[in-house]
Amino acid sequence: MYPAELKYTEEHEWVRVEGNIARVGITDFAQKELGDVVFVELPAVGDSIKATDSLGVVESVKAVSDIYSPISGQIVKVNEKLEDSPELINQDPYGEGWIAEIEVEDPKELEGLLSADGYRALVEG
Amino acid sequence: MAQVPLLFEMGSPGRVGYRVPECDVPKKPLEELFGEDALRKEPLPLPELGELEVVRHFVQLSRLNHGVDVGFYPLGSCTMKYNPKINEDAANLPGFARLHPYQREDTVQGALQLMYELGEYLAEIAGLPRVTLHPAAGAHGELTGLLLIRAYHESRGEGDTRREIIVPDSAHGTNPATAAMCGFIPVEVKSDERGGVDLAALKEVLGPQTAGLMLTNPNTLGLYDENILAITRLVHEAGGLVYYDGANMNANMGISRPGDMGFDVVHFNVHKTFSTPHGGGGPGAGPIAVAECLAPFLPVPTVEKDEAGKFYLNYDLPQSIGMVKGFYGNFAVLVRGYTYIRMMGPEGLRRASEDAVLNANYLFARLKDYFDVPYPRICKHEFVLSAKSYKEKYGVRTLDMAKRLLDYGYHAPTVYFPLIVEEALMIEPTETETKETLDEFVEAMIEICEEAKRDPETVKTAPHTTPVGRLDETRAARQLDLRWRKSS
Amino acid sequence: MGFTPVTDQDRQGMLDALGLEAVEQLFQDVPPQARFQGKLNLPEAMTEGEIWPHLLELSSRNANLDEYVCFRGAGAYDHLVPRAIGHILSRSEFLTAYTPYQAEISQGVLQAIYEYQSMICLLTGMDVANASMYDGPTALAEAAIMTCGATRRGKVLAPTTIHPVYRQVVATYLRSRDLELVEIPAPDGAMCLDILKEHLNEEVAGVLVQHPNFFGCLEPVDALADLVHGAGALLVACVDPISLGILKAPADYGADIVVGEGQALGNQISFGGPYLGFFAARENLVRRMPGRIAGATVDSKGRRGFVLTLQAREQHIRRERATSNICSNQALNALAATVYLALVGPAGLKEIASQCAWKARYAWEKITALEGFAPMFKGPFFKEFAVSCAGDAEEIDDHLLQKKIIGGLPLKKLYPELEAGMLFCVTEARTKEQIDALVSALGEV
Repeated sequence: MYPAELKYTEEHEWVRVEGNIARVGITDFAQKELGDVVFVELPAVGDSIKATDSLGVVESVKAVSDIYSPISGQIVKVNEKLEDSPELINQDPYGEGWIAEIEVEDPKELEGLLSADGYRALVEG
Repeated sequence: MAQVPLLFEMGSPGRVGYRVPECDVPKKPLEELFGEDALRKEPLPLPELGELEVVRHFVQLSRLNHGVDVGFYPLGSCTMKYNPKINEDAANLPGFARLHPYQREDTVQGALQLMYELGEYLAEIAGLPRVTLHPAAGAHGELTGLLLIRAYHESRGEGDTRREIIVPDSAHGTNPATAAMCGFIPVEVKSDERGGVDLAALKEVLGPQTAGLMLTNPNTLGLYDENILAITRLVHEAGGLVYYDGANMNANMGISRPGDMGFDVVHFNVHKTFSTPHGGGGPGAGPIAVAECLAPFLPVPTVEKDEAGKFYLNYDLPQSIGMVKGFYGNFAVLVRGYTYIRMMGPEGLRRASEDAVLNANYLFARLKDYFDVPYPRICKHEFVLSAKSYKEKYGVRTLDMAKRLLDYGYHAPTVYFPLIVEEALMIEPTETETKETLDEFVEAMIEICEEAKRDPETVKTAPHTTPVGRLDETRAARQLDLRWRKSS
Repeated sequence: MGFTPVTDQDRQGMLDALGLEAVEQLFQDVPPQARFQGKLNLPEAMTEGEIWPHLLELSSRNANLDEYVCFRGAGAYDHLVPRAIGHILSRSEFLTAYTPYQAEISQGVLQAIYEYQSMICLLTGMDVANASMYDGPTALAEAAIMTCGATRRGKVLAPTTIHPVYRQVVATYLRSRDLELVEIPAPDGAMCLDILKEHLNEEVAGVLVQHPNFFGCLEPVDALADLVHGAGALLVACVDPISLGILKAPADYGADIVVGEGQALGNQISFGGPYLGFFAARENLVRRMPGRIAGATVDSKGRRGFVLTLQAREQHIRRERATSNICSNQALNALAATVYLALVGPAGLKEIASQCAWKARYAWEKITALEGFAPMFKGPFFKEFAVSCAGDAEEIDDHLLQKKIIGGLPLKKLYPELEAGMLFCVTEARTKEQIDALVSALGEV
């Protein structure tokens, strides 16, 4: 499952860009590796973040994983539904399980991200 | 087996399990003594139970539990050896159990002597001169040890520059956690193909920023690091100190002393190596032995002996890191450890380590044909197998096999650790198990391997005969229920 | 020898199976320089029959509290310990179990932890509790660190009425993380709110209070929370669990974290350990808590069961980013506390706490009526109180010892400025007769 319209990172995050807003989540591969997600630590709206900074943390029963921001910018929205329903990340990683929206500071950063094919190659070797 | 109700689901108003004597001094109204605002308004919402109800409740609970006295407990890195019964009696002697820690020194000479002598024994076993008995557990020993290392560098004016603690990728989680807790930056160094510290990688991370290295030897793969002398030398040459995580000391007693390997600080897990019971998670004791260069920084007080042969507590250590816990350590645990060491003697301890290693190698040899073996060499007191092939071929994971072992009456080995081995099973038999027990365990393991091929579903849904089936850990973490509430 | 059942014949059998000739060969990977030669310099082995008289002899050289009457507290207390507790603790299935990582065969320990956590919550009024810390001082230290994490600030305030050893341990722990403990004076045996206000600012993460404090006195807890919270800091209360039989629950005066020494709950005094630190907090802080936590869940057939949960906070998963490095805790001591609370029940704990207060009051009245002994502080006190002595505290201590009384703790070592002070502790375990004997002995000096 690698939706073609998304961009990806090597750390298994995805980005969906609409206008100057980038919606970020973790990939289907990442959620499967983690197992049942039990908690998501979300960033605060208004925080400024640099690409590759930690955007939050995803916890499963036996593992913890940082979510790294694929791009720089200000956090404009977070998916508060995850606070009560972290399982959305497992159920719908590219939809309901999104994590945060970032106002894109420098669109050029997006060019450095992987395409769906590039990410598939990374994951499937 | 029927479920046991919670204490809060039992009892009846007015029932009492323990009576205190009638008060024989004047009773003043509490409002008068404390003022109404200071007092509890509602009665405490605790259950009201009789003594038999309470005793039966806990005995029933105990029957849902596995312990060393119940059956084999091959839990790697935990040294679940037999806990001699005399240890309990010793710790419960009124002359030990009924002592106030702030009694005058001349009224506790026996207790201080025991601590002093235990310190000497531990120093000898570690091959290092000085000891503190304060730390309450292994991780607490790590904390104390790293604080000593930090104080040492600070005393030499290098506190600001020596900020990194090197930790192998096979290390216990406590190592990096402790380093971070002591204000250090943990730096990971990878293992080489023989399972030891990769010397080239070590050289790369060493430098003027190095405060020290934390290591277990034998390491968490159960392997003795053949390069140990080079490792400790390299760290010392870089100006760092070397910390020995004593979790695996059971392989080394009288055979290879951390001090002789070049370590500067060693913690002991008295509850592993020296036979004191784990109590369902504690209490333990984590005394540390240190090189002379760290002695000025030890926590206060230390136990000393004066020229007249009297024992005393020494608070006069101006460079001390301070105190790491209340009083002097987990004394009753130390009494047990002392009793064990005295009963074993020098040859007994050595024999214990030899037999622990022999038992492990025997078990390893009997099991290795049935599993993947990441490091096929002589092991020490424990060894690591991998169930990777079973996962790939039959969809049976290490966790499933571990759970199936419970049905056979065994505690499971440590699983998924160390992190560098996929589908790891870490097995430590200890010296207190008989060959017959090991042989029976081997048969159970072989049977489970057969089941994995023949009937993987049975293994994947195990355990089947335990008081409860596999528990939903995801639910536990998502829908937190951490305490009883009146409404629940 | 000792506890190793491996016979020479077993050894031979195993060596044969390994294709080896000697055990020595199992150690061939140990470099010669790291190999210990010879025999450890330790006393020779003893059998049970030989060591027992030795242990008796060592223990007999201590003045134990069955033979001496104890009026000393200061963090370790001689309360009555119900006999049933020792018997339950000696059940092999509790005593010889490891941490309950294999939940299906550890339901006994796990349910007991869940019950313990519940008891601590009921006692303190807090939402959540962990499975125990090493002791009171380390629990307070971890709480101090937690306030810094939760507020992203770096200073913790502690009045000098907190046990000096607790403050020292907190200082050690905070220093290790490059955080700072600021001790604030409390001249009259209790916290002074005006002094606190002077120190409260936007750098302060937490304020620690011990209630009743080291001197047994109550602190002005009702006024604290508003001040502390107003400054954006958290309030940590360190409490005597026995006192909660009568005193208001810390949640009711606004504490965010509640810790304390749990030894008084059915644990032997044992020369200072092992004890247990209890640790409770408000719900929103649960993911910052150190230590193990048990939770209820269901098994594959929908039956109630218990597991360790929120493990992602802990060192074995989060490693260098764990909330603490704690691994082994004080599970068996926590079990003792649970059995204790189950046995004494709500009425029992209230009675025990009341008797402590009444007996301490009785002793205080008698002692301060003696010539040469004056109350040190004014406020209400629970089971401990400080008096200043006209005579030398050490000499008084000497005299009492001859009467087989372990008297109040001379304060000189812990509070050099209170050189003339003695801190007495009177629990429910003391009788009127014993108190009268203490008073009469004090009257003789």
